[in-house]
Amino acid sequence: MRILAPALSLLMALPAHAVEPGEELDDPALEARARALSQDLRCLVCRNESIDESTAELARELRVLVRERLTAGDTDAEVIDYLVARYGEYVLLEPTKGGANVILWIAPLVLLLLGGAVAGVAITRQRGHVDTLDAEEEARLKALLDEGPRS
Amino acid sequence: MIVELGHFALIVAFAVAIVQTVVPLIGAWKGWSGWMAVASPAATAQVALVAFSFAALTYAFVMSDFSLRLVVLNSHTDKPMLYKISGVWGNHEGSLLLWVLILALFGAAAAWFGGQLPATLRARVLGVQASVGVAFYAFILFTSNPFIRLETPPFNGEDLNPLLQDPGLAFHPPFLYLGYVGLSMAFSFAVAALIEGRVDAAWGRWVRPWTLAAWLFLTIGIGLGSWWAYYELGWGGFWFWDPVENASFMPWLIAAALLHSAIVVEKREALKAWTILLAILAFGFSLVGTFIVRSGVLTSVHAFANDPERGVFILMILGFFTGGALLLYALRAPVMQAKGVFGVVSRESALVVNNLLLAVSCFVVFIGTIWPLVADLLFDRTLSVGPPFFDAAFTPFVIALAALLPVGAILPWKRGRGRVLRNLLPALLLALAVAGLVWAMQTGRSLGGPLGAGLGVWLVAGAIVDLALRTGRGRWSDRLGRVTRLPGADWGKALAHGGLGVTIFGVAALTAWEQEEIAVLDIGDRLTIGRYEVVLNDVTRVQGPNYFATRADLTAWEDGAEIGHLYPEKRVYPVAQMPTTEAGIDSGVARDVYAVIGDAQTGGGWTVRVYIKPFANWIWGGSIIMALGGLVSLSDRRYRVAAGARRKMPQGVPAE
Repeated sequence: MRILAPALSLLMALPAHAVEPGEELDDPALEARARALSQDLRCLVCRNESIDESTAELARELRVLVRERLTAGDTDAEVIDYLVARYGEYVLLEPTKGGANVILWIAPLVLLLLGGAVAGVAITRQRGHVDTLDAEEEARLKALLDEGPRS
Repeated sequence: MIVELGHFALIVAFAVAIVQTVVPLIGAWKGWSGWMAVASPAATAQVALVAFSFAALTYAFVMSDFSLRLVVLNSHTDKPMLYKISGVWGNHEGSLLLWVLILALFGAAAAWFGGQLPATLRARVLGVQASVGVAFYAFILFTSNPFIRLETPPFNGEDLNPLLQDPGLAFHPPFLYLGYVGLSMAFSFAVAALIEGRVDAAWGRWVRPWTLAAWLFLTIGIGLGSWWAYYELGWGGFWFWDPVENASFMPWLIAAALLHSAIVVEKREALKAWTILLAILAFGFSLVGTFIVRSGVLTSVHAFANDPERGVFILMILGFFTGGALLLYALRAPVMQAKGVFGVVSRESALVVNNLLLAVSCFVVFIGTIWPLVADLLFDRTLSVGPPFFDAAFTPFVIALAALLPVGAILPWKRGRGRVLRNLLPALLLALAVAGLVWAMQTGRSLGGPLGAGLGVWLVAGAIVDLALRTGRGRWSDRLGRVTRLPGADWGKALAHGGLGVTIFGVAALTAWEQEEIAVLDIGDRLTIGRYEVVLNDVTRVQGPNYFATRADLTAWEDGAEIGHLYPEKRVYPVAQMPTTEAGIDSGVARDVYAVIGDAQTGGGWTVRVYIKPFANWIWGGSIIMALGGLVSLSDRRYRVAAGARRKMPQGVPAE
């Protein structure tokens, strides 16, 4: 546990759902946008939680920050840009679709098409496949034939 | 003394495993039956030795032997007995010991029940199984020894991570390991078959029960883990696409594919090479999972003690077994010629599509899981891949799989005609009707709810149609009588497919229609959420065996009628200095009322969160039905009766 403690204390700091009543915005539309945004933002000091789920202090600060930006009139995209500029793209739970991440996003489709092509070829090809005799069977057949009809 | 004996037993087991690897494999190669016969007693000896070793470690935990480093780090005298015992595997070293125990158990089971296997195949299977053991014994003894003593033992231990102090720990890891490690049998059979250069229907029949067992244990293990997270982590999430969850999910997907392709090998002697590949991959992903959990290269809520040295060791094990098996596969796969030929519209083709979807979805999960690592190493980008990616990338595969499943399930083998599909028309209409009804009834515009409901009905109704078709023709009363006498395999298939439908519906319903409300409540205050109301009656301090708790007493009302009290707690474990939340849940068929108590507010009152979780229990109910399907299928007597029936080569009649 001594080895685990630092990691776990970060992770399990306060494992409860987060948004505190005082943080909520009065405007339900803005609050709904804030919640939606929060669910896609990573709590940076946690192991694998969004700031919506985490009760770590940093997650709280980020939630408040998101709400401040929204109240100031930012669009969702602007809020995200703002956070990425400050914390890097590590903060995004949904990876961007730019640069090398294109590979990640198109991988499912490419894999499916490739796999589908291989499976399709395999299915059609095996239909044309006729059982041929191997060398041993060939020899046995020949032996039987050579024997000729018994009288 | 007992601890030293346990340590010694583990070392002896290591030696026995080496013998069991080398001697039978050479014996099978040279055709020396004496050498091959070593495998069985060695497997039995191994399991006895590891069981003793495991018992010795358990003894140390139960007696709180604080001269043992592992006990100090993970136990405490105040800890309840249940967690002293389950604490044995609530840590890296102990869980590995459980891992090898199960590995040895599977090996021994193959030795005991593998009597009908041809001698060479049996020797090779046991030899390969033991070689996996050798690697893991070495891993334990050289990097993760649970039996290390301390020179100056402390007076008490540091307690187990409070999150793990839950009955879930007693069941979740053992089932998961039974699944992970069970796949080693499929691997051993695959490698043995590659060495033999022979895969036929009998091989398919032998490998399937082991895969089925591993898959059903994995299903239970994953289901339990998801349920545990649901009630323990405090906001009722049931799946997080966490690297470690993915680590258990990937072998499950491949094992599901393997189950289905092994049927094709068994019934039709086709897809042989592919099935062998799946068997290798299934265990390969188990090892990948072990690497992810124990190396710490990916951040996860489950991470065990992370240590680069261990990571490298596991990577070597992974590389050796997966790489070695794949190399052998590349050399030998061309030998595996298919016998059965099938048409484009046939059960075989449907199972190929099933395999395609399952395997590709597994690789999607794999790529998403390791992408942060790849991006960091190759592109110097530190990024996260979270639930939004997996939801978007994985869900279409589930939908496609569920949509095609009932169709594939009733297509005839070899060559099908579309006519048989007319039987599914009632199921299709019912599913569409339910989806339409749900769409009309729901308040939001969510597509997930109706889709999930429609697919769920489609799968369950499809499974019923499948069963009905199996009863053949005749009067309904006759067919009803016949349905009870159908073989276990038919019932298992229907249950597993129907269970999947139930789970899909539960996931979709919970995701689409969950409600949440947060408020600061004083004693006597009321919170309203949809048709439900919750009143805070009291908040008390409670002392548990090794924790203090703030416990709230809530009364929940549904449409004005009282449905019961909820007692959510917030616990603090003083030794580990960690708080946990214990949700108060009123479980129901159609919904859970889920309450969590938060901190006391400075202005008075407590934060109270209440969630209405529609159809939450259907998620795990469906998993249980799926596992049950596996169990029923496993009980099919054909596995026992005809298990040894390898088709004999017709002997040429001497012509004279």
